[in-house]
Amino acid sequence: MEKVILGNHAVAYGVLVSRVQAISAYPITPQTLIVERLSEMVADGELDSVFTKVESEHSALASVIGSSSVGARVFTATSSQGLALMHEMIHWAAGARLPIVLANVNRAMAPGWTIWTDQNDSLSCRDTGWMQVYCQNNQEVLDSIIMGYKVSEQVLLPTMVCLDAFVLSHTAESVDIPDVKLVDKYLPSYKPEIKMDIDDPHSFGALSSPDNYMEFRYKMQEAMDKAEDIIIKEGKEFERIFGRKYGMVEEYRTEDAEIILIASATIASTARASIDSLRAKGIKIGLLRIRVFRPFPVKDVARVLLNKKKAIVIDRNISYGKSGIFFDEVKGAFYNIEGEKPKIFGYIAGLGGRDVTPEAISDIANDAIKKDKPEKDIIWSGVKL
Amino acid sequence: MIEILIHGRGGQGGVKASLSLASAAAKAGKYVQSFPEFGVERRGAPVKAFNRISDEPIVIRSKIYNPDHIVVLDPTLIQSINITEGLKKGGWIIINTDKKPEDFKEFCEKYKVATINAKEIAIRNRLGSRAAPIVNTAILGAVIKVLKVSDKESLATAIKEFVPVKREENVKAAYEAYDEVIFEVEA
Amino acid sequence: MLKHDKKKVEIKGASDMPDMAVSLGSMASNKTASWRNLRPEIDESKCIKCFICWKFCPDAAINFIDENTPPKINYDYCKGCGICAAECPTKCIEMVEE
Repeated sequence: MEKVILGNHAVAYGVLVSRVQAISAYPITPQTLIVERLSEMVADGELDSVFTKVESEHSALASVIGSSSVGARVFTATSSQGLALMHEMIHWAAGARLPIVLANVNRAMAPGWTIWTDQNDSLSCRDTGWMQVYCQNNQEVLDSIIMGYKVSEQVLLPTMVCLDAFVLSHTAESVDIPDVKLVDKYLPSYKPEIKMDIDDPHSFGALSSPDNYMEFRYKMQEAMDKAEDIIIKEGKEFERIFGRKYGMVEEYRTEDAEIILIASATIASTARASIDSLRAKGIKIGLLRIRVFRPFPVKDVARVLLNKKKAIVIDRNISYGKSGIFFDEVKGAFYNIEGEKPKIFGYIAGLGGRDVTPEAISDIANDAIKKDKPEKDIIWSGVKL
Repeated sequence: MIEILIHGRGGQGGVKASLSLASAAAKAGKYVQSFPEFGVERRGAPVKAFNRISDEPIVIRSKIYNPDHIVVLDPTLIQSINITEGLKKGGWIIINTDKKPEDFKEFCEKYKVATINAKEIAIRNRLGSRAAPIVNTAILGAVIKVLKVSDKESLATAIKEFVPVKREENVKAAYEAYDEVIFEVEA
Repeated sequence: MLKHDKKKVEIKGASDMPDMAVSLGSMASNKTASWRNLRPEIDESKCIKCFICWKFCPDAAINFIDENTPPKINYDYCKGCGICAAECPTKCIEMVEE
């Protein structure tokens, strides 16, 4: 069914057709519409799920960790301050190897108090063991919730589906909401091998020791190592059933490009307009959109960037004391790889919801094009000095 | 692609109008985006809602600074704010008012003006109260007539989707505005 | 993966371990009696059967028998924290050196 819906409602519909069984979430702007819509779906009987109201985000994730441990398919959603408040449980969910799907509406961290978008909130979780997907439109948001369950339930690591505050969460566009019976063909019910069971009691997450903790963590990374192939396989299966294509990355006009612009989320969408106008001026530039950030798509980044002249990374985030995070990870991914490496430029744009226009992106590209090499690791775009 | 800015006051349904317009255009086969001014709203304060409508998929997701056309739900806004800020030359200004286009001399030189008495249509169809009539569905009838971004049937379906009560009356109001909007068609 | 038939299991490395940090048996096999230095003793003649001690025990190491019977300390698991003695309204629980 085709419907013009907000990004937040696309999340709710993704949860609906995935037949989620337990939800717990605490409201925070700009995520509240997700939780409101889901509570309506549950109250109306449209979604057969338990909905547990809690007093904080920490409790919300703790609650779904509990539900997931007994074998339910679960969901929660949050943003910035709320994501930060549940940080202890974020580590727990991944360490407990639970296939939880969390929708995070990317909102900048306070202070100053802000409700507008940037990516520092979710990127602060990049070391925790969660898989992370950054969406560029509302269709991808809905589809990534479904694929999130399909992948997480095999990898046994949770998935964070990220969507930009307001730019996606409160923007409405046409979305195909797949029929739940079609989704059933793609996403079978969740049947965990190990779960909490009163008739077969075990202790979960209890005291370990230096003798075995490291092995559990080795297994987590092993799961991440396998995740990329599973994500690609499930993306192809998704395309077969629903007709829409998703992978680790997305390329636009990269075939004969000499310069590659790298971006994520909605900036990557707007960048297509900039690529087109730069191409019209004869510049051989293409776009690499990083969709899955964890596990990091090292192979794709290397494949697209090797033998190119320049790579220009736009980060809507910053790791203070180092640089933009996608820039840092792209650069790092290359170091041990054999081959001709491009000069890599890093730009910071759009923090705290500062608008990023096609013109701003073209300005960034033109700035890098006229330079031989980057003099600094951080070049600020649009900052008033 | 065209970009539209809807001027209203908080509580008048500018955001709902933007959503319904997007849905109506989508049902007519267009690609669409609808979004409010991103921030906190207050009843009575000026509120902006935006639409992009295109025959091609829309990739641009930045804010709209230079709309092609504007819609004015509340004519008192003309005194309060600069409603034509950023409006492209020759763009339509579709105003809810009991006046005629030629009464808006300050706009007629640079822009094109269309007028519709959406307030009267709303009262006639008992939408809202006399003091606070609901004009947002009526004005959409005028918008699709002037801008040709959708058809009456698609608008009717969209209105019924977004309007919680009095669906038939709201559609009737839109249809009446479609017929009653005053504007000069290009020769 | 979790079956052990009450025998000691040899774990050589990661490939022998379950994906998640889960115990092979239930914690019933972990008798923590040896942790305590003091043991609670209920003077049943003074016990008013309010069951506050049973509610407060953080380890569920006090057993409820029935409404008319004083609760019984489960000495297999009691760690001797003394919360039951502290909460008892008639002070009929004494903490005694092991």
